[in-house]
Amino acid sequence: MSRRPLERRARRDDSDRRLEATAGSAETPAAREEADVFGETTYLDNSATTRLDERVLEAMQPYFFETYAVATSEFGYSLGIEAREALDAARGTLAERLGAAPEELVFTSGSTESSNLALKGVALALGEKKGRHLVTTRIEDFPVLNTARALERQGFEVTWLDVDGDGLVDPDDVAAALRKDTILVSVQHANQEIGTVQDIDAIAKVAYDGHVLLHTDATHTFTRLPIDVSGSGAAASAGAGVGEVGETSPESGADLGIGRRDGAPGPDLVTISAHTIHGPRGVGALYVRDKTPIRKWMDGGFQEYDLRAGVEDIPAAVGFAAAAGLVTPQENEQLRALRDRLLDRALGEVPHTTLNGHRTRRTPQNANVTFHFVEGESITLQLDMRGFAVSTGSACFSKSLEASHVISGIGGDHERAHGSVRFSFSRFNSMEDVDDVIEAAAEVVAQLRAISPLAPRD
Amino acid sequence: MTKFPYNETVLEHFKHPHNVGEIEEPDGKAIEGSPACGDMVSVTIKVDPDKNTIDDIKFQSYGCASNIATGSIITDLAKGKTLDEAKKVSWKDASEELGGLPPIKAHCSVLAVEGLRAAIRDYEERNGLVTEREPTTLKTIEKRLKHVMNPLMGLDIVRTDLVRDVSFEGGIVKVVVDLDESHQFAQAIKNDIAEKIEPLWDVELVEVEFTG
Repeated sequence: MSRRPLERRARRDDSDRRLEATAGSAETPAAREEADVFGETTYLDNSATTRLDERVLEAMQPYFFETYAVATSEFGYSLGIEAREALDAARGTLAERLGAAPEELVFTSGSTESSNLALKGVALALGEKKGRHLVTTRIEDFPVLNTARALERQGFEVTWLDVDGDGLVDPDDVAAALRKDTILVSVQHANQEIGTVQDIDAIAKVAYDGHVLLHTDATHTFTRLPIDVSGSGAAASAGAGVGEVGETSPESGADLGIGRRDGAPGPDLVTISAHTIHGPRGVGALYVRDKTPIRKWMDGGFQEYDLRAGVEDIPAAVGFAAAAGLVTPQENEQLRALRDRLLDRALGEVPHTTLNGHRTRRTPQNANVTFHFVEGESITLQLDMRGFAVSTGSACFSKSLEASHVISGIGGDHERAHGSVRFSFSRFNSMEDVDDVIEAAAEVVAQLRAISPLAPRD
Repeated sequence: MTKFPYNETVLEHFKHPHNVGEIEEPDGKAIEGSPACGDMVSVTIKVDPDKNTIDDIKFQSYGCASNIATGSIITDLAKGKTLDEAKKVSWKDASEELGGLPPIKAHCSVLAVEGLRAAIRDYEERNGLVTEREPTTLKTIEKRLKHVMNPLMGLDIVRTDLVRDVSFEGGIVKVVVDLDESHQFAQAIKNDIAEKIEPLWDVELVEVEFTG
């Protein structure tokens, strides 16, 4: 049966109400009725970006209209000092969430810039002194992938590590790739497409033992999985949205985090971003461990401990901190429940469907499957027409017309990438959304298979 | 208003494609695929041997929306036409009939057109209507390159001046493309060129070189 978006309104109201309770917005029932007429999209592409939480906007607002000065030095004027205090507070909140000192956190314009700074910054600092070799994986997201490629063109050497069928890097492969002239290892914490979570603790130990710096892109795990760079294990068990909820159970995510054991070495550089956690777009940060050799590559003023020039975006920084503060252990549990429901139903009810990524070592918000014999853009367009926004690794959907490098990285052929669909969840999704989208997807896939020359005829 | 990436005519053909399926015991059939985008189209035809017209035509698609919509419209256009008329149905005709396709999708949708032509060629070959094999010349190669799309423009790479040089020696075709090797479309274009040239009977290897 076909469902039109406007038939699926109830759970939308739930999230509206939740927002009203906290943000005090006064949407009338009449206004909601009006929205019904046009229907609304159930947004399930939260790994691309998320809807801003009203509470984040509220926290940001004063820094646009009242405390809008630049962050001045302590000898500046009062408005600037207030602005500095707000920036410092935001920095402190985010640093605490990582188990880092505030001075170790550099605000940037997002993950792309953070990872550029990490790789190019270390290359600038150590390229002449130590060597020109880097180690990374084939399935990194574009900020790391293309920065490494750019460094290759400048004469650096890059070892591209393979991953297994689930998307996991073998820490022994990292060890084997290290050389005397290796300056940096960069391995993502979790994958953007298939959600697979790497064992960063094991990789950190390898890098530490080999006296090589480690960078990890935690764009998709910050606040979703525990991250503690301090080596004390404190932030990992307390502050990172896992809390007491089943801390020892494999499903809680505690064993997927970073810095799980006391005294274990952690990554030296960590990319995080606000856009994946209902914060504003255009703001992220790079954790830079104290004394890490790194040089800034965009010249200008002396902001951000002289690592990132440019007038600080204080409203964005405040919004990022507010967004991080809103992620709770309960929310992450709920996301896991949505993810598991989608995977169970997709794999159990739609024939010829393959899981992409690891079944349990994956981010709470990510589900990715391939519906064989059909093409992804056809699926996403059909789902779009039924009111669902999802994404695919198909070449036809991408700006480069190239199939997902992640799916080929896990050994998938073109066909597997072609029919891959990523469903990624957020605070504003419900179990009903999952049931609705999987029923719609099953129907769409059956229709498309009926016209596909590849599909087996029953 | 909801904004979809295609116009309503395209969406309608995508949702309810015409002439879908496979003709049993067809007079001509073809499967065309593009490694560049991964799409695939199969076309089967039934021919009236007296009038030399396409009596029936069906297609199947493993492809994106523009691929499916083009398959639908191209089979509509070909039905009832003589083989010679049907051979002349072009991607441009299909695109016009559909009210315009996004240029970047040209290479997915051109497959359906190639499927139609290949099915007709298949019929002609089976019925001894094809001329003898001719040795490949630079002209043959250029003709084929005109079927490789430049996704930036929605036109082929010859007309958009992307082909810097072509040579053919000892079974090896070398094509120099005026594009940086790291360009977002470089790999897709390279695959497409190989796909189009390799089937030529006297070509053993296709080399694609980028200037940047």
